[in-house]
Amino acid sequence: MSKKEKKERKIRVVIAKPGLDSHDRGAKVVARALRDAGMEVIYTGLRQTPEQIVETALQEDVDVIGLSILSGAHSTLFPRIMNLLKKKGLSDVLVFAGGIIPQEDVPGLKKIGIKEVFGPGTTTSTLVEFVRKNAPKRE
Amino acid sequence: MPSLTNIQQLVSGVQKGDKRSIARTISIIENNEPEAQKIISLLYPKTGKAHILGITGPPGAGKSTLIEKLVKELRNRGKTVGVVAVDPTSPFSGGAFLGDRVRMQDLSTDPGVYIRSMATRNHPGGLAKATKDATRVLDASGKDVVIVETVGAGQSEVEVVKVALTTIVVLAPGLGDDIQAIKAGQMEIGDIFVVNKADRENANRSVSDIEAMLEMATEKKGWKPLVVKTSALTGEGIAELLERIDEHIQYLKTGAIDERKKERIENELVEALNQKITESIINELKEKDEWNRLTQKILSMETDPYSAADKLLAEQLKRTRKH
Repeated sequence: MSKKEKKERKIRVVIAKPGLDSHDRGAKVVARALRDAGMEVIYTGLRQTPEQIVETALQEDVDVIGLSILSGAHSTLFPRIMNLLKKKGLSDVLVFAGGIIPQEDVPGLKKIGIKEVFGPGTTTSTLVEFVRKNAPKRE
Repeated sequence: MPSLTNIQQLVSGVQKGDKRSIARTISIIENNEPEAQKIISLLYPKTGKAHILGITGPPGAGKSTLIEKLVKELRNRGKTVGVVAVDPTSPFSGGAFLGDRVRMQDLSTDPGVYIRSMATRNHPGGLAKATKDATRVLDASGKDVVIVETVGAGQSEVEVVKVALTTIVVLAPGLGDDIQAIKAGQMEIGDIFVVNKADRENANRSVSDIEAMLEMATEKKGWKPLVVKTSALTGEGIAELLERIDEHIQYLKTGAIDERKKERIENELVEALNQKITESIINELKEKDEWNRLTQKILSMETDPYSAADKLLAEQLKRTRKH
């Protein structure tokens, strides 16, 4: 493959908002930052069920899923998402989370396969670097 | 990287309608991976059954919302549907924000629907380079209808007519007057015009502006474009739109479809040849000393790119004739 053709491979990310949050400013900031870093970001909008998020990731053939949650339902919703990903054969997809998630919940979330949890104050450059470094290499 | 058996697995997965296989296959084509051409050649014979619907129009006219309603109505009628929704790639960062799914959330878990967001990757004309082949993948997967949504398009983005069998131009009230309606480009490509947001003021005015423009057509073609008023918000006009689409399908079946398809295939063949010929000749030329010599000469203003191209081409033709 020539150099030029290789360039056409882009990191595809879905940014999703599971649960009943009513605002998505943070998710949009993250989506925008990843877009500006040259990635293709699929945005789902608010109030997504785990099924919808996993189906979107599957149909869009993404490398990365970013979950944004403020409602406190992460301990219920995230395990369901991770189980569904496994069931659909998408275990190689990188999953990270952000929003309002208490520190004491983080180890449990990492245990079920969420690679990193970002809290308020995270810089977008930290995030971009994290995604670039950890996105699965398919080639 | 998929091996040959994987390619066959992917192709048979696509034909069974397996969403994962469809997703991977579209990525391979989109990324122009080496297997792309092989995959297309295997899938191509399985295509031609789906009706390809193109939806275009300016940003914010309500294309995605209208598609959501259309798909739901098609599903009620027992049809399976594929959607390829295109949004622009940033010419600055190369990234893209693909937001069409936001309006189609309810459809993502429907087993009879497959939605794919696609960035233009700076391909001009309102679609991505891979959009047409993505519709083929969905066609081969057995979808009855495949809908292509262009980027929020301006006046000159008309590439959708090369992909769709029925092109729908979606407009909204208040976007312009009868002068906008008469301009060349987008307003020439609609088989059906939709004035969406009919719940808003001035919708009737927009309908009559478009109808007046259509009346002015001097060249009588077989199909007279129609105008439909819809509200994607309330669902008004969606059933009527589907009826108009059916009418257009019936019209195409009277023979126009063969003509459309033939013209399109010829264009595609020319494009494919152009690309392959240019690529192979340029790769060959770049290996010649003449290439570097002429590049230097252009740099030092001793010659210009056009004269240099003439020279390179003349010598290449001489070499080809000797063979």
